[in-house]
Amino acid sequence: MAAPQRRLIFKHIDAPGYTNDIDCYIKHGGYDDLKKSITMEPTAIKDEVKKSQLRGRGGAGFSCGMKWSFIDAKKVTKPIYLICNADESEPGTFKDRQIIHKDPHQLIEGMIISCFANSVKLAYLYIRGEFPEGAKILERAIEEARAKNFIGKNILGTGYELEIYIHRGAGAYICGEETGLIESLEGKRAYPRIKPPYFPAVLGLYMCPTIVNNVETLCNVKHVINMGGEAFAKIGTPNNTGTRVLCVSGDVNKPGYYEFECGSLTMGELINDVCGGIRNGRKLKAVIPGGSSAKVLRAGEKFKLKQKGADGAMVDKEITLEDIPVDFDSFAAVGTMAGSGGVIVMDDSRDMVECLANISEFYAHESCGQCTPCREGSLWMKKITHRMAHGQARKEDSALLKNVADNIAGRTICAFGEACSWPVQSFLAKFPEEFQAKANKDEELVLGK
Amino acid sequence: MAITLLPEFENKIETAITHYPVSKRSASLPLLHLWQEEFGHISDEAIDWIAAKLDLQPINILELVTFYPMFRRQPFGKHHIRICRTLSCALGGSYETHACFKKATGAEGDDHGPVSSPDGKYTIEFVECLASCGTAPVVMMNDDFYEDVNESKIQELLQKYQ
Amino acid sequence: MTPHPINPFNHDIPAPETPMVNVNFNGSWIQIPKGTNVVEVTRQQDSFLPHYCYHPKLSISGNCRMCLFEMGTPRMDAERKPVIGADGNPEIAWIPRPQIGCATTVTEGMGIRTESPMAVECRKGVMEFLLINHPLDCPICDQAGECKLQEFSTEYGNGYSRFVENKVKKPKNVDLGKNIVLDDERCILCSRCVRFAKEVVQDDVLGFVQRGSLNTLTAHPGKRFDNPYSLNTVDICPVGALTSKDFRFKMRVWFLKETKSISTWDGTGSNIIIGSRENKIYRITPRENEEVNSCWMPDEARFEFHACQDEKRFQQPLAKVKDDFFPSSWTDILPRVAQELTKYKGSEIAILASAKQTNEELFLLRSLAHTLGVTLMDIKPRVQEGDRFLISQDGNPNSQGAELLGVSQKGKKLPEIAEGIDSGKIKALISITEDAVDCGINEAALKKLSFHVHIGTQPNKANQNAAFILASAGFGETRGSMINVKGRLQRLNKAIACPGHAQEDWEILRDLKSAVGGGNGLHTIEDVFRAMSQTVPSLAGLSLSKIGDLGLQLNGTVSILSPREIKPVSVTA
Repeated sequence: MAAPQRRLIFKHIDAPGYTNDIDCYIKHGGYDDLKKSITMEPTAIKDEVKKSQLRGRGGAGFSCGMKWSFIDAKKVTKPIYLICNADESEPGTFKDRQIIHKDPHQLIEGMIISCFANSVKLAYLYIRGEFPEGAKILERAIEEARAKNFIGKNILGTGYELEIYIHRGAGAYICGEETGLIESLEGKRAYPRIKPPYFPAVLGLYMCPTIVNNVETLCNVKHVINMGGEAFAKIGTPNNTGTRVLCVSGDVNKPGYYEFECGSLTMGELINDVCGGIRNGRKLKAVIPGGSSAKVLRAGEKFKLKQKGADGAMVDKEITLEDIPVDFDSFAAVGTMAGSGGVIVMDDSRDMVECLANISEFYAHESCGQCTPCREGSLWMKKITHRMAHGQARKEDSALLKNVADNIAGRTICAFGEACSWPVQSFLAKFPEEFQAKANKDEELVLGK
Repeated sequence: MAITLLPEFENKIETAITHYPVSKRSASLPLLHLWQEEFGHISDEAIDWIAAKLDLQPINILELVTFYPMFRRQPFGKHHIRICRTLSCALGGSYETHACFKKATGAEGDDHGPVSSPDGKYTIEFVECLASCGTAPVVMMNDDFYEDVNESKIQELLQKYQ
Repeated sequence: MTPHPINPFNHDIPAPETPMVNVNFNGSWIQIPKGTNVVEVTRQQDSFLPHYCYHPKLSISGNCRMCLFEMGTPRMDAERKPVIGADGNPEIAWIPRPQIGCATTVTEGMGIRTESPMAVECRKGVMEFLLINHPLDCPICDQAGECKLQEFSTEYGNGYSRFVENKVKKPKNVDLGKNIVLDDERCILCSRCVRFAKEVVQDDVLGFVQRGSLNTLTAHPGKRFDNPYSLNTVDICPVGALTSKDFRFKMRVWFLKETKSISTWDGTGSNIIIGSRENKIYRITPRENEEVNSCWMPDEARFEFHACQDEKRFQQPLAKVKDDFFPSSWTDILPRVAQELTKYKGSEIAILASAKQTNEELFLLRSLAHTLGVTLMDIKPRVQEGDRFLISQDGNPNSQGAELLGVSQKGKKLPEIAEGIDSGKIKALISITEDAVDCGINEAALKKLSFHVHIGTQPNKANQNAAFILASAGFGETRGSMINVKGRLQRLNKAIACPGHAQEDWEILRDLKSAVGGGNGLHTIEDVFRAMSQTVPSLAGLSLSKIGDLGLQLNGTVSILSPREIKPVSVTA
């Protein structure tokens, strides 16, 4: 049986009677952590975040404390910027939407604390254009916060000043990539920058040191300050601390968002207990565990994972998909990633070639087109998968598709290259017989065999 | 200038620009949003005006309009229907939803782009993941968001948006 | 090498005093100035890392991904110190993810592998991607023969296509500007042209529209890429997306003989390459010289060669009989010209020379003048609107040479010549290249002349009057030297033969002087230069071959006015 949810970030989401205005938030203890933080030394706040081992919740899972440590406010002469990445666009993910629409002040408070910790005076909240309601809600929230002297000049009388502006995107997934976001914020096409030399911590927004953090990550910062870094680190498992908001969609009975301590439940428990199992009486076939960019897992597949044995020592255990603990390191160990926490479940009625064709079309649409492999390769993969899904598959297509994907991953300017090739590589690797069957069937039709 | 700009609109523009004290160019996207909300689409005039306002070349604005799919160069129907086509919504039946909307409104055309109903009331298009996969299939009617939009809900929605 | 001030970037020229670092390049340890990027490193090592978007004078874009290579860093021990291997050099740990050469600058102990299986595979992959949507235009594309896509696909391509889908269609034959045609399907989106327009000439007029595979290069509708340096983008475009309207479909580049020379369009003296075939010039392209024009040149200067292809071009020496010109031979005409000239006193002859002449021609001219006792001579100054880039305010290519050799009075003597002819004091005129009418000597005055001989290439208003026309050499048809506005001595080379029986100006002047004043022992152009260097102090010890392909800066050469102070003189333009 699955461990119960631990609604830390989502405590007030969908809570009866909870409204997204500041008065409701304050009634529930809101902005107390800001009041606490603003009396601390900024470096002390950064230390707490480091102690908490908080990892980014946007998809990369990079240590937040380490990201913040790249900028030393005492040594930097240029202004430091902080950008909240609210461009939630990874297919399968829908957690930031809830925070923005239903508990915006948690984000605002977390953002102000993070800005204070990093000596930021001007911050932007980049929200995707398809959340027009969310942008309005956040604008209102900022004005409410400003009215209470939580934003603006001389915050809470400490002399700290901070301005936060909402910036709306306009329909580009690549704006979720941190340097693509920065380019977009500068008013240009969202072409990610080459790293080196354009690391955001050194040459970010307007070529100044910049921190880009996901919505959920910034909310977590508030809770780190609330309970202290050490206490936070006790939640979850070592190196996979805190909670994760998992977004489950697809062929389950109870799709939705659920927040659990990292590693406190397995994939099987998530799908079967929490989400009520596969709907329509069907069986599980495949799971994409971390947003469409993550590699797919096949039902019935066996994985090797180091787990604590009976005597406490770490041993190699062979486990099934259902046994995989839901945390960053376990997913990485089985050859996929925790990513954005978007879990897409597919049942045995689904055609894997069609699913891959759907995903490939997404990536072909969203490629910014700057660098050769992704620009040409993403559209090529879409064309091949569509052709295969529509009755014109050839025997050599599987090998061709894999080779094209292999020629993209690792050769591009940004991680979009991996994002568009991993689904292709993993679907081909896990369900080769489906692609082969298509080719056999289509050849029959074409050649009248 | 063929279009007259109301003072409130100009105020909004000026306010938006103040949000980017470091570089006016950053205000390109906000200004494009404001213009499209006011006038329905981004015309050639819009591009020239916004470029001039921000001390940029028209090509700098055209580059953005064609990169970000939310901006449209042609006027759309009175109501804009956006249907998500990405995996979870497709698994939930969004392609059927799209076909139903087309049939119910009489819109015809290639699904790869926006299609409009003959009476000009509706423009329907597929968009990519709208970040609510748990309540698939999802649809946006103008700026309003609707979940679990299967065939039975379509007539209701069309009634609401006349 | 000093980097040219025009260029905002000079990745190929390290700053002076840059320390050297040790780098393991394809197995050998070499020393490279720190901060050099890997593409330049390979160039310096006489190797080559294929690339498209990188250009030494433009910002680093890093988007074509063709220059991917395998990089290594020194292996570190527990104390973050490099582990030293058996050979005394740091051990290298090779990074599994390839890096791009243009954006990677060398640091101490870096490892570079450009031919490892990983690097080669990366190149093959990128090559294939570039070709899948590329139109099969080679048979009709001007770039064939100098196309980087062709060259690299021969080296790194498959030789067959695995792409069976429909290619992306984009606009072809787009009229981008007055000199350029754009073919969007051929474009590989390297963005060199966009960066050139924005960074080098500060004319932000090109950009990319659409997204992903539909990315398309364009100028804003209604705006044109009419910058005076637009054709430089045709040079740097690695494929045939940007082509020159002037050269389009004219000639295959592999037939072109390439002659290094100098542009004579204005005082800048941009270094050029003349592309010719069978004595016809087809195009001019810039040649790199950091001291003059870097790797750029103005558009107008590229069209210089058209003038001498005019069908009205003089192909033989002509003698006037009654009112018509009749061709004759040099052996017939030159002695007759000499005979006529010697009838007059030196004070009765004026010489209208040109600052478009080479030093050798001016030297021989002065020598001729000396023999005839002529002192009244000058050149026609040309003032134009210059910019701070490569278009000089001086429209003449050799003003400095003309002054140095004592032929030019900067146009101040032109009124005196006009006056003299009008009053009848000057009875004979020798004009070279210039149109006397444009120098203030009107047609009525010209009719008063007893004798007029013109050395030139084309009929003009004044030389219709002449008694003799000595058909001379046009652009690209002569050897010699000129000095640009900055005092740099540069060498012109001969690309094509003079048409018909026309002769090079210096040959005509040499023979004329011979006919007038007896032999002078000068035969070849080298003889002329030597004689010149013996009489002109600033040229002492030099020879035509010593000038070299990149020219020589002359020290404290010239004369009275400093190069930039060309003041307009009141003559009809």
